[in-house]
Order: sequence, then structure tokens, then C-alpha cells
Amino acid sequence: MDTHPAKRVEIIIEAVMERHLTQALSEAGVTGFTVLPVMGGSGRSGEWSREGQVGRASGMVAVICLIRPERLDTLLDAAFAVVERHIGVVCITDAQVLRAERF
Amino acid sequence: MPGIFQLAADNLVSPIILSFLLGLIAALGRSDLNFPEAIAKGLSIYLLFAIGFKGGVSVSGHGLDGKLVAALGAGVMLSLSLPVAAFALLRAMARLSVTDAAAIAAHYGSISIVTFVAATSLLAGQGIAAEGYMVAVAAAMEAPAIVSALWIVVARGGGGKRMSADLWREILLNGSIVLLIGSFVIGWMTGQGGLNEIGGLFVEPFKGVLCLFLLDMGLVAGRGLRTNRSTLSLRLVAFGIVMPVVGALAGLIFGIVLGLSQGGVVLMMVLSASASYIAVPAAMRVALPEANPALSLTLSLGVTFPFNLTLGIPLYMAAAEIAAGGNF
Repeated sequence: MDTHPAKRVEIIIEAVMERHLTQALSEAGVTGFTVLPVMGGSGRSGEWSREGQVGRASGMVAVICLIRPERLDTLLDAAFAVVERHIGVVCITDAQVLRAERF
Repeated sequence: MPGIFQLAADNLVSPIILSFLLGLIAALGRSDLNFPEAIAKGLSIYLLFAIGFKGGVSVSGHGLDGKLVAALGAGVMLSLSLPVAAFALLRAMARLSVTDAAAIAAHYGSISIVTFVAATSLLAGQGIAAEGYMVAVAAAMEAPAIVSALWIVVARGGGGKRMSADLWREILLNGSIVLLIGSFVIGWMTGQGGLNEIGGLFVEPFKGVLCLFLLDMGLVAGRGLRTNRSTLSLRLVAFGIVMPVVGALAGLIFGIVLGLSQGGVVLMMVLSASASYIAVPAAMRVALPEANPALSLTLSLGVTFPFNLTLGIPLYMAAAEIAAGGNF
């Protein structure tokens, strides 16, 4: 089966910034993404967990995008403008997709 | 004076406080007891709706008067001014950066609705009535502190985000404010008839649900204290106990000047003494991302919340009783 190269961008960001990030991505023309809940973790800012939390201040979410390699810089510029000052991680990996026209 | 100790002792052995202590001890002891996020949010929605609705029903029964508007204005003034006092205290006591001090100050200008609910339950247990519209005052005190803290940061050159329309929307349409005001209006519009219809869900089980919610709060507070204890200095812990007393004193003065009932004065003190851990932390993460969230959340939930719940509320009740000319 034919596969096509793509970039998988995974952004772990504070839950309160989810809407800000997805809005910035949409405005940059990146309309395809998936938002996943994240259970907990640990990093430079210490440990955190979703367990028992009422507010969104302590939670994180993962926003995952699959795009064509030539659109990577556009996505990163839009994402970085939002995540720059916030707790989080941005990770890029090479991927293969089956239907290139969808990305 | 023995009355204060008796009240504090009675308060400490109430199911509500013991549930919180159970959660705190379980988390500090690294128990695997936990509440899934969805259940914790469900419990908070129940409590916010119940307290707002019952407040609205109370106002529908007694009618509106000028005191409501005055109490709302006083609440906004307190919420705007308490962060300034908290900021000054933090800079003097703990020598924090402008951003961290302002972020913590915002928490202490805003309110903890669960502390308010616990105080309401304790007052009801003692047969002390309070104005139903104090729920609306609680909602009015949620947001102004955020504006005040951001103003402090801008004025002191600490960076931060200016108040945009988007940020205003996020603050004013925060879920807890919408639910509290919305359920208050529903209670006000439907009155006693409405309460008769849905009271089976929102009156009888209320204290039991509050116990479960406080068990969760104890778990969250304990986990915060366990993982972030190294970030809290003794000076910060002292601030977490001094600031609620300062706030309560301001609330006492405003309550007396407004001519509130004894129960109303206690609730005004509790609102002024409590620190937010739901609405403000989220707003601060958006507006002041450089501030350390571990400091403000651990302080408000791990120090001030337990202090108010165990010793603060009985102390404020005693002060309001003395101010009203009673004998404690």
C-alpha cells in the first residue's frame, strides 16, 4: 500500500490554553487536530494530576496534528505564539499517512 | 471565651471537617484513594447549583432591599482592595517576585465557595440566619480580584497580559460564576414552589455531598502539600494564616457598616477571608503564566482552606457575636 510522508506534531499544553491553541491553529489554516486528555505527569514545573481536580488550572491536554511537511513552519509559528510563555512540550516526529489528500 | 473553644471543638468533629481531614491524611500517607476528575466536577456542579438556588429562594421569600445592592458593592470593593493588602504583605513577608506575589494576591481577593458553603452549614447548625443574597455577593467577589492583581503587575512593571475582551469573557463567564448566578436567578424566580419541586435533590442530600466534596478537597490539598512542600517557606505559610484574618477583619467592618445580620456578617468575613482555588488559578494561568502555580494553589488549598475550615470559621463567628454585642 502507498504511504506518504507527513509530520506529527504533539503539543502538551495547560488545559486552560486549549481553546487559545486550537483557535490559533485554525486561524493558521490547520483545521485538522485531535485533543486528548492527559492523566498526569511530571516536569520542570513539578508533578501534576487530573485526579480530583475541579478547576482546569492544574490539568494538561495533548493536541495532536498530522500535516504535510511543507506546512510545518506555519503550524509551529502559530503554536509557538500561544505556548511560548506556558508550561508544556512541543514534539515533532516523522510519520507516514495513507491518504495524503486529507492533510 | 469558652464558647469559642466549644464552637471550634464542635466544628472539628463535624462530618464535614472530618471528611476533609480523612482526605488530607490519606493523601499525605500516599493512599491510592482518589476521585476521578469527572466525579469531582459533578460534585462541584451540584454544590454550586444547590447553594445558588437556595439563596435565590431565600431572597424571593424576604424580598429585595437596598442592602442587597450595598452588599454587592461592598463585595466588589473588598475583592478589588484585598489583593492590594495581600500583595503588600507578601512582598514584606515573603519577598516574592512581583508576578508571583500578584498571582497569589488575586487568589486572596477572590473567594472559596466551599468555605462559604461550610460556613453556611455551620451557621444553620447553630440556628443563626443569614441573608440569602450573600450567595450573589459571593459571585460578585469572584472576578474583581483578578483585575486588581493584573493592574498591580502592570503598575509594577511585572509584565503579564493586558485585559483583552477575550480575557474579560473568560473571567466573567467562568463556569462557577455562571452556575452560581444562574441557579440564584432560578431560585429567585421559582421561589418556595420551585424548592418544593426539587428540594428532594438539593436540600436533604446536600450535607452528604458536601462531605464527599471535602474528602476530595482534602485529597487534592494533601497531594499538593506532599509534592510542593519544598516551595512553601515558613513565611509563606504564615501569610496563609495572617491574610485570612486580615480579610475577615475587613469583612467584619463592611458587614457592620452595612447593617447585615450576625449570620450575614459571618459570611462577609468568610468570603473576605477565603482564597480561590477554582476560578482564579485558571485565570492566572492564562494572564500570568510566569507565576508559579504551585505556590498559589498550595497556599490557598493547603494552608488557608484548612485554617478557615477548622479554626477560622468558629473564630469569625465568635468575632461577629462579640461585635453584635453578644457574650462569647
